[in-house]
Amino acid sequence: MTLAVQHLWLIPALPLAAAVIGALVPRSGRTLAAGAAIGAMAGAFLLACLALAGALADPAAHQVFNFNWFDLGHGALRLGFLLDPLTAFMAVMVTFVSLLIFIFSTGYMKEDANAKQFFCFLSLFAAAMLGLLVANSLLLLFVCWELVGLASYLLIGFWFHKPSAAAAAKKAFITTRIGDLGFLLGLLWLQDAQGTLLFYDGGAGFLEPAALANLSALLPCGLAASTAIGLLVFCGAVGKSGQFPLHVWLPDAMEGPTPVSALIHAATMVAAGVFLIARVYPLMAADQALANVPIHALTVVAFIGAITALLGALIATAQNDIKRILAFSTVSQLGYMMLALGVGSWVAAIFHLLTHAFFKALLFLGAGSVIHAAHHEQDIRRLGGLSGKMKVTFITFTIGTMALVGVPLFFSGFWSKEAILHAAHGWEVSHLPFYAAVLGVVLTAFYNTRLMAETFFGSARSDNAGHAHENGPAMTLPLVILAAAAILLSLVNLPSYPWLQAKLLGEHEVHGHPIFEGAGLMGLSVLLVALGVGIGWALYGRHPRAKAESPDPLAARAPGPMAALANRLGFDELYAATVGRLNDTLATLSDLLDCFVWGGVIRFLAGLGQFTGLVSRETDERTLNGGFDATSKGLRGTGQAYSDAQTGEAHGYLRTLALGFVILLILVVLGGAR
Amino acid sequence: MNPLQLCLILSSLLFCIGLAGALARSNTILVLLGIELMLNAANLNFIAFWRYGPHAAAGTGVIFVIFAIAVAAAEAAVGLALVIAVHRHRKSVRLQDANTLKG
Repeated sequence: MTLAVQHLWLIPALPLAAAVIGALVPRSGRTLAAGAAIGAMAGAFLLACLALAGALADPAAHQVFNFNWFDLGHGALRLGFLLDPLTAFMAVMVTFVSLLIFIFSTGYMKEDANAKQFFCFLSLFAAAMLGLLVANSLLLLFVCWELVGLASYLLIGFWFHKPSAAAAAKKAFITTRIGDLGFLLGLLWLQDAQGTLLFYDGGAGFLEPAALANLSALLPCGLAASTAIGLLVFCGAVGKSGQFPLHVWLPDAMEGPTPVSALIHAATMVAAGVFLIARVYPLMAADQALANVPIHALTVVAFIGAITALLGALIATAQNDIKRILAFSTVSQLGYMMLALGVGSWVAAIFHLLTHAFFKALLFLGAGSVIHAAHHEQDIRRLGGLSGKMKVTFITFTIGTMALVGVPLFFSGFWSKEAILHAAHGWEVSHLPFYAAVLGVVLTAFYNTRLMAETFFGSARSDNAGHAHENGPAMTLPLVILAAAAILLSLVNLPSYPWLQAKLLGEHEVHGHPIFEGAGLMGLSVLLVALGVGIGWALYGRHPRAKAESPDPLAARAPGPMAALANRLGFDELYAATVGRLNDTLATLSDLLDCFVWGGVIRFLAGLGQFTGLVSRETDERTLNGGFDATSKGLRGTGQAYSDAQTGEAHGYLRTLALGFVILLILVVLGGAR
Repeated sequence: MNPLQLCLILSSLLFCIGLAGALARSNTILVLLGIELMLNAANLNFIAFWRYGPHAAAGTGVIFVIFAIAVAAAEAAVGLALVIAVHRHRKSVRLQDANTLKG
């Protein structure tokens, strides 16, 4: 039994229905809202599994279902759904991770009064994210892309009474919007150039060879049209996936509840940028065959990814907030995925995306478990000694850390990172991204060792950490399942049997090669991990910090660089001093313009209107009304006179009659009888 | 004096008597009587001008007066009915009492 492509809309529709239920129930209906969200997610997960079965039956095919949205002049705007292994794998991952995080949230948000709203927003997010995955039109993808941005905004600012959360929500929304502007421009350009935004349309979609051939024309600036469009679309991915230079919003997004950080800002939404580039990969790669262009789109992607990977790992070494360390780690890992895309191995990027989604969700939920147990203490200097008190959290968190660091052979993160390093090593354009990635591996191992040592070893350095105890099964069960997934997921794409790779590339046969082929690179990577873990343990593990106020051993050795890193290399200050200042200046200018120029014009017009009104009123009252009043008065007087003549006395009338008769008679006699 | 002038003087006298009666009396019925006298003075003029006029052979004057008398009879009937109605309402036939119809 499989899910046909024309029924693919059911997958996002289920969580959307749950969001509607969550929006309509009263505040006391939190159980109903949570139940609807979890039930809808479980249903969506089953449907996604059925869709995966359908996609795997013929992995090379792009099954599409297109329909007219509305007619536009002679043409029509068409949307559609697409089912291929990429969509199906992503949908299964998103629904599965979402389901676990929804369950975790029932425990984490137990004391929150607005929990039903929380589940409503989470369901809305899941619906938008799944819509983004099943879209067969860049337009539909963009709509869902903006919807996940909205859900992210709502959830980061969920505790909006905290000023920092409200500011972080705005920062995330506005920063990603800068990237989305580029995305929108690329989308419009593509519509103009191709007349369609469908990915696949039986040969007419813009990702198919006929359309891509049109885009190889050179622009006046020397770029190919596909390069320019690809880079504009990549802007959107840079914003959403927290790539340098728009990475600043992602660490601040940790102000949201921890399940949100796990679901949106680690596992799914931030990976949407990677998914987008993988989805439009034929467009991004269309300029590879052109030799005379100054730059290829994928080269930019690779360098941005490498810079982000190194930068995120560097900054993570100097952070003290458990969630911020993980956030910068996410930035760094997303950089690895972009690097893999840029060097041409989009399969490695998707493999790392899938494994990262599981182990990073695990790490964030583990951090959430720690934070929940330690009464919202997030500073690792004030934690410590939790390994004995929270055994399940400790073990699962360790598994997640080992997957993230890339401990060899048994952890999924090792194999996916290995695939990326291998691809970067083989890139003929430049070796710099490879060196950045290698350095990033050492740093990743180092800061994760520090995180583990500070949080779980040594002694409790605050009352909150001292009183911590393990959470209930609603929170630990998802951790265990995710930990299992973090290990088992390596089985789907071992070098000796790269099943995932074969399916994503649409091959029916799986061609493996010996597992230790390229063992030199693998050995190097193992050595680097060992080096990073060793340094970390030597600095933080051997002599655990005694008190929360004790100085950081690394900061004591190199105070200048570490202070700069702790300050996140001043990107926020730089943006505040440049973009923010420019914006402020423009705002002040337009305020002045508004106050004096436009305000003056408006005031003058208002005065003119008032004056005209006054003149008009005076004219009316004095001239017109006066004339009418005089006429009316005369009429009234005449009427009164006639009325007074009617005395009611019949004799009076008779007398008048007789008098008139006599006067007539006299006139006749005087005038001569004629 | 020719007969026409005598007739006209008679009718003038009749008219003046009627006018005096209508003006002087306060009983509504008597006022009506005076008005009737003035009317008949006019009728007398019709007869006189016809009898001594150029076409005495044609019966026009008599026909005219008979019509006028018939109309005057109807008018007197209406006037008397009004007097009776006012009397029922006001218990009085004095003309001065029926003075409410004024501007």
